[in-house]
Amino acid sequence: MKKFASTILIFWLLAVLFGWLLQLTPNLIDLNAILSTPNAQHWFGADDLGRDILARVLAGVQISFSVAIVVTIITMAIGVSVGLVAGFYGGKVDQLLMQITDVFLAFPGILLAIAFAAVLGPGLVNLMIALSITGWVSYARLTRGQALGLRNRQHVLAAESLGATVPRMIFKHILPLLASILVVEATYSLASVMIAEASLSFLGLGIQAPNASWGAMLRDGVRYMLVAPHYVLIVGLSLMSLILAINLGGDYLRDKLDVRTEK
Amino acid sequence: MFLIKKIASFATVIFGVLLLTFLLIHLVPGDPVEVMLGESASTADRVALREDLGLNQPLITQFGGYLNKLSSGDFGQSIHTKTPIIEMLKTRYPATVKLALLSLLIGLCIGIPLGIYAALKANHWQDIVVTLVSVRLSAMPAFWLGPMLMLIFAVWLGWLPVSGMESNTSIILPALTLGFGLSAILTRMTRTSLLEVLNDDYIRTARAKGLSEKTVILRHALRAALLPIITIVGLQMGSLLAGTVITETIFSWDGIGRMLVESIEKRDYPVTQACVLVVALSYVLVNLVTDVLYRLADPRVKFGG
Repeated sequence: MKKFASTILIFWLLAVLFGWLLQLTPNLIDLNAILSTPNAQHWFGADDLGRDILARVLAGVQISFSVAIVVTIITMAIGVSVGLVAGFYGGKVDQLLMQITDVFLAFPGILLAIAFAAVLGPGLVNLMIALSITGWVSYARLTRGQALGLRNRQHVLAAESLGATVPRMIFKHILPLLASILVVEATYSLASVMIAEASLSFLGLGIQAPNASWGAMLRDGVRYMLVAPHYVLIVGLSLMSLILAINLGGDYLRDKLDVRTEK
Repeated sequence: MFLIKKIASFATVIFGVLLLTFLLIHLVPGDPVEVMLGESASTADRVALREDLGLNQPLITQFGGYLNKLSSGDFGQSIHTKTPIIEMLKTRYPATVKLALLSLLIGLCIGIPLGIYAALKANHWQDIVVTLVSVRLSAMPAFWLGPMLMLIFAVWLGWLPVSGMESNTSIILPALTLGFGLSAILTRMTRTSLLEVLNDDYIRTARAKGLSEKTVILRHALRAALLPIITIVGLQMGSLLAGTVITETIFSWDGIGRMLVESIEKRDYPVTQACVLVVALSYVLVNLVTDVLYRLADPRVKFGG
């Protein structure tokens, strides 16, 4: 299972990193190939405009990965900062910050991201803004909980009594101990950002045509399901394999880095 | 004491949710009135809408007016159809609740028996297969599962309608889509919590008394094991509500999720605002009720803790 997962993950990573070498033409319209089933020319068949599905799947995963990485970095930066401040200072600051995160947590799942994407308007940048505004909360919670415990550890207290400044205590004595937990959390959040991106694109709020996005492709696939079931099936299987591989990768990292086992 | 604390924090969260949804409309880049009406709208129409939405007043007055209207059940009206939003909610919300409840039922009916089975066969191949499938299935999003179920049961097998709400069987596929994800999580939880309980002293006592294995599991172990499940079900009701946005869109189910998506497409922001608010409030409320129920049901959980 582990081998299987890493093979898939490596395959998709190669697609992201070296996809441009294939000189794909994901937006090339071939009117003779509209909704054609897999054949020698179009290995995965063609979509409703005769565009090559394989090329679009590969182009889609590139955009999807880029969005996931950017959003993960932004949300992690915001969330970890908020969490460290709340956990380090405690008291009123902590209370206020946690009340704000509670409000964000009061919106189930991607509802808030949908709302933000809706008012900001569709598009790649707005999509990333919407996902960032809503995604930092889990990091804040996680970091705050950990920082709260680490704050009173002996090595931190020792540093404090030696006159270490607050940034020094945070960056030198607390943050390094959080690294492994954050790495694992980031892996899972890569998968969840990709799902969120695809969800928003599925609803027409994310990446806009003609750019390829798995979410938008799934929506089109559903539309043409009766005449060309291979379309939705191929995109669906691609998505499934990638999400499974990333999650298995996360599990592997979690076991390896030996951080808390319950999620 | 616990209840007072709980309700106080509940009130703050509700206030925050109201504030955030109120501010949504002000995040529209440029002039929201122009975005909503389009560039061709007449000046009179614009002034009227601005007046109607109160956008010409200071923010704090606007927020006050917003709360005031909401307290009397007035969500404003749709910009496009001019119908009061509360009327739209009256038909759409029950459809979503119906879908969510059926999904919950499906999730419970599949998840709990499978979880018990996996726990009883712990570490045998049956357990491994069930756990593996449930762990992986719960990671799959609704917009993947929905189309796949649609493809299999509506297109290939032709057993169920593809989408819409016309026939009585229309609800099955969307409910399965939401229910499967839930059942996967419930299977895992039931398995873990039952396994924990099975090692307890009182189970050994029950067995020593010579009770049948069935009685031990169903009457003694399951009762204690089901407690954490209440929490999971409550928390999952929330993702169920959010999941309906995608699922209802896939299957053209006329609930509040689809109402939200339609309003976004039409740039009917007051409707968008109302949908977001209603779903979020339902979620917060369900969580509150779950928390209280859990504490009432479990004698071990101390009040005030």
